[in-house]
Amino acid sequence: MADTSLPQTPASESASAAPTRREAYEARLRRRSIAVAAVSSVGVLAFILFLVPLAPGWNAVQRSFFNGDIFARTFPGLINAFLLNVAIFAWCAPIIAFLGLAIALCRDVRAPILFPLRMFGAAYTDVFRGVPVILVIYLIGFGVPGLGLPRPWNSPYIWGSLALVLVYSAYVAEVFRSGIESIHESQRAAAASLGLSGSDTMRFVVLPQAIRNVVPANMNLFIALQKDVALLSFIGPVEIFRQAGVYKSLFANFTPYVGAALIFLAITIPATRYADYLLHRQARRRT
Amino acid sequence: MKKTLIVFAASAFAMSAGSALAHEHGTCAAGKTLEDGVLTIATGNPAYYPWVLNDAPESGEGFEAAVAYAIADAMGFDADHVRWVRTSFDEAIQPGAKDFDFNMQQYSITPARDEMVDFSLPYYTSTMAVLTTQAVVDAGLAANLQDLRGALWGAHATTTAVPMLSEVIQPENDPLLYGDSTDVTAAMQAGQIDAALFDLPTALYLAAVVVNDGVILGQFPAERSDDPDQFGLLMEDGNPLKECVDAAITELTDSGALAAIEAEWLQEATGVPVIE
Repeated sequence: MADTSLPQTPASESASAAPTRREAYEARLRRRSIAVAAVSSVGVLAFILFLVPLAPGWNAVQRSFFNGDIFARTFPGLINAFLLNVAIFAWCAPIIAFLGLAIALCRDVRAPILFPLRMFGAAYTDVFRGVPVILVIYLIGFGVPGLGLPRPWNSPYIWGSLALVLVYSAYVAEVFRSGIESIHESQRAAAASLGLSGSDTMRFVVLPQAIRNVVPANMNLFIALQKDVALLSFIGPVEIFRQAGVYKSLFANFTPYVGAALIFLAITIPATRYADYLLHRQARRRT
Repeated sequence: MKKTLIVFAASAFAMSAGSALAHEHGTCAAGKTLEDGVLTIATGNPAYYPWVLNDAPESGEGFEAAVAYAIADAMGFDADHVRWVRTSFDEAIQPGAKDFDFNMQQYSITPARDEMVDFSLPYYTSTMAVLTTQAVVDAGLAANLQDLRGALWGAHATTTAVPMLSEVIQPENDPLLYGDSTDVTAAMQAGQIDAALFDLPTALYLAAVVVNDGVILGQFPAERSDDPDQFGLLMEDGNPLKECVDAAITELTDSGALAAIEAEWLQEATGVPVIE
């Protein structure tokens, strides 16, 4: 891994000294590009804010999608329904992380006798990455309870969550596997020369590095999961997407969907930025 | 020769008088439809029994299909000048140009919806009915509000059953909501919900055909909800055709034709016990 004891950037050295000509030139260049960026952003915003409302159908669109009155009446209900999304996400995410890692390890076993495990891992990821999430949710959410399970074991929350877990752990497993494969073979050789067993090598040498390498990629998957929780609404749970649909039908207006989108963005934009930050930090460490 | 000419002239006169009459009948809608001389009617995709039989509105079979042709006739369009298109609920309420003159798929008239779109006068007033299965009834679910509150409820999310559930029944557990009535019945079959609320004709169909051992527990009297569930034709807000459609529906209501169509296609609706 990256050696953090080396000086990372020359910036700290020059902070105390007076700016060189080169630094002054770079600062000027930076100011210029900020100004250009500001002018172009304002121009584009003005274009959108002034020209779009001139479209002949703008009033109708505004009334159907950006209706302040309906927004105010439905937003609290949407926030309330969003709590269910958060809850479903909260109990699915750790299971997905755990199962994903287990599947990835299945695909990496090297003992010939454990070949069936490898086969299982490959088949699992192939199947669940290849099927649309909504199909899995329908099949498991309605199909399994249809076998005649008693309550509360036929709850759509249980089986819908399981469907999400199955699909997403397949994706997460592939990300983990890419992380495991990114660790150079020499690391395993070095561990072996130290006398570590195969499982100890995996546990103390490969996984700590592999997992750290794929945290940003996994963050992206969990952001996607946060949005796909809404698909559970197809089998009954009234989470934010369904609640917005109910409001839409009551008011014959699409504004509640815009409200739901804003709530999703309030969660996913910070999460995406955080993933970007992690990715950036990782890239810096590697150099 | 002269005689035939007279006959011809007379018949021509009669014909022109007849067409003048029909024309007068149809003047209201003249120039107000999407395509001149053709009435474009939208229905669901698919359109469900008993509103439209066999998903084929062109046959005029099923309550809404029959009403549609009766309204078209009263507006001066014969069956050959009626065109059918299919839309979802969302397509019907989206802003922008519509591809139908009016949309007919059991739209309940509500004041909130009326602010965004136009509704015709009602062509049908429905009660809400409780659909459940024999197994649930055997397990002790009875048709009183006390029992119904304790049940696990399901409903089709885009229907007025949803506000009715929360206002009238006020179930102890949050109801589960689905995207269409097929999903509601799938959940009922899987034992995930005890009961579901539908308009009576839909409930009767689902109980008889779709749900295994489906039964109708009872119907809520129309006055139970704040405003009874009335179905209207949905039109774009400010559609000038509305007055013609309303005139046609008034004519059909007054003449008893609407009641006759209802009796023909929705006759089973009587005789379902009422939940007090």
